[in-house]
Amino acid sequence: MEQNLHKSVTQARATAHTPNTFFGGKSHSELAAEFNRDEEHVTWHDGALWWIRQKRDKISKQIPEWEDLREAASQIKSHLLSSLHDYLIEFENNLQKNGIKVHWAATAEEHNDIVYSILRAKGITQMVKSKSMLTEECHLNEFLEERGISVVNSDLGEYIQQIDQEPPSHVVLPCIHKRKEEIGELFHKHLGTEKGLSDPTLLTRAARKHLREVFLTRRGALTGVNFAVAETGEFVVCTNEGNADMGAHLSEVHIASMGLEKLIPKKHHLSVFLRVLARSAIGTPITIYSSHYRKPRPGQEMHVVLVDAGRSRQLGRVDFRDSLKCIKCGSCMNTCPVYRKGGGLSYHNTITGPIGAILAPNLDMKRHADLPFASTLCGSCSNVCPVKINIHDQLYKWRQVIVKEGYAPKGKAVGMKAMAKTLSSPGLFNSAGKFGRWVMKHVPFALNNSLNAWYKHRDMPKPPSRSFAQWYSRNKSGNKNI
Amino acid sequence: MSSREKILSEVLKNQPPAVPLPLISFKGNEQDNVQEYIDTFIGIGGKAVKVDDTDSVKALIGEQFDTSKRMITTLSEFADTLELYSPQADPHSFENVELAVIKAHLAVAENGAVWVTEEVMGQRIIPFICQHLGVLVDAATIVPTMHEAYAKIGSGDYGFGVFIGGPSKTADIEQALVMGAHGPLSMTVFIVNR
Repeated sequence: MEQNLHKSVTQARATAHTPNTFFGGKSHSELAAEFNRDEEHVTWHDGALWWIRQKRDKISKQIPEWEDLREAASQIKSHLLSSLHDYLIEFENNLQKNGIKVHWAATAEEHNDIVYSILRAKGITQMVKSKSMLTEECHLNEFLEERGISVVNSDLGEYIQQIDQEPPSHVVLPCIHKRKEEIGELFHKHLGTEKGLSDPTLLTRAARKHLREVFLTRRGALTGVNFAVAETGEFVVCTNEGNADMGAHLSEVHIASMGLEKLIPKKHHLSVFLRVLARSAIGTPITIYSSHYRKPRPGQEMHVVLVDAGRSRQLGRVDFRDSLKCIKCGSCMNTCPVYRKGGGLSYHNTITGPIGAILAPNLDMKRHADLPFASTLCGSCSNVCPVKINIHDQLYKWRQVIVKEGYAPKGKAVGMKAMAKTLSSPGLFNSAGKFGRWVMKHVPFALNNSLNAWYKHRDMPKPPSRSFAQWYSRNKSGNKNI
Repeated sequence: MSSREKILSEVLKNQPPAVPLPLISFKGNEQDNVQEYIDTFIGIGGKAVKVDDTDSVKALIGEQFDTSKRMITTLSEFADTLELYSPQADPHSFENVELAVIKAHLAVAENGAVWVTEEVMGQRIIPFICQHLGVLVDAATIVPTMHEAYAKIGSGDYGFGVFIGGPSKTADIEQALVMGAHGPLSMTVFIVNR
């Protein structure tokens, strides 16, 4: 069974499923349109995420100091980013004192090379991995599998995404876009469960049984990092499933991969972050496990890989550096009307939703130029963010950078040029308005057609008979007969 | 230039001017920590019971768990009913453990979590690999919030420590809550009044 899984996963990876090819170069709106083919399912997806948003509201309101906690979390991260250089050195020193080996990776490729060399030195050919968006971003699984090392994602949602050869669609709920029947079908194929089985408890039990065998047989484990404490040289991993711990405590080698921004200065700062993380993420008071790793177990090797991969560059972007405060709770996704209706995979990036849309252009501005436009700028994301990132302001600012750099989506660039010209000339503005009203009245299909996304699922408004300027000039001259 | 030097120099070049750390002075409400703890923990899906002594815990274990299976502990007062295990044993050897009983350093009323370190776990894997977890909490060690918890923990001298706030769970399949993802299917906290 297990060998079959590895074979099928390896084969799938061998057919070049790096996320860029997975998304086939499609835009956010194209991918969201594909997700919207199943209208009933989109309604479910929308409601499921909104339910989590409501749970977050309910639990946060039970804490009178909630807004002060958000402010404190935000300020701690502001301070951290402003002194990151010194905290990195302090963290490195303390890790080494604790007997943990430290590695620095400037790029995703370097991160993958480091992980590979650690495993190869121990002759490890099978690794179990807990949830780590960073290693998804680095495409570590594909890299290792090409070199003969199999990787099993152990978070249930990520495991499901892995056997379906899809990237995660949400940082906290990797397969929230999938129906239980689809998951039942995948388990039937990969785990031999009964055909047609879709009961979540029974499916979870099947995965538990299979993955327990995986945990017990893996000598190498990789985890992500939620918070890394500079002061003590320990790192904290938060899970509800217990998968990170099952992997790490049974392994000979534990590798923890983290972005530079995961640091926090002091240990007691964990109290602030652990109070807001799970409440913001899924509306529970804390994750079931908040594991503090400080020293390897006797006989075990522990490694921390500090990864830059664009983070120091983002730190230098004045308008966008606050995106590095993110603690990956996913609350901006749960609240976003575009995310809820379009699905996470429409963002063609590892980190999806509003936060993904402000992180992705830093990684590849051309490929992700459409993402800052995938928003209504309603600001709900900024209002729920536990570290108070001004996400919607940054989305707006990225649009300007992207247009200036010449990466604006084509239709938008043409439209904006025409708009700039029209708005800068009163004569042109007046005649354009007149023409527009005439078109809406006499040839509405010129606007309401498949080329104009604004008219999808919308009706044409009735055109006014005259412009506001015309109305005002009549009214002003005392003619009340309007 | 090594990657370390390259990263550090880029960070130094790009980081904004220093801003001060905020003063963290949050405090919880000390009214009835025990009752708040019980309400929260049951709300999460855990079981919490008040007990007077070790004997009542032993009686509850006999009633609620399959005593024909392997039951282990780090606590010498349970040595007559449960297996005292060796901290040096191979962690894989605990795969067949039905129930593990350990003692927590402290518990947190606002979120139901107990704080345990390697010292009281004996082995790091124990509270994760067992099918059911039992934790003894001294009522006097229950604090209102995480702020008081970290104040008590301080720097701490441990290789591994963990807050555990209930049985392992997942809701990855259509948001349906399932207890027992990879870790324990149930968690019982015995609150000992001394």
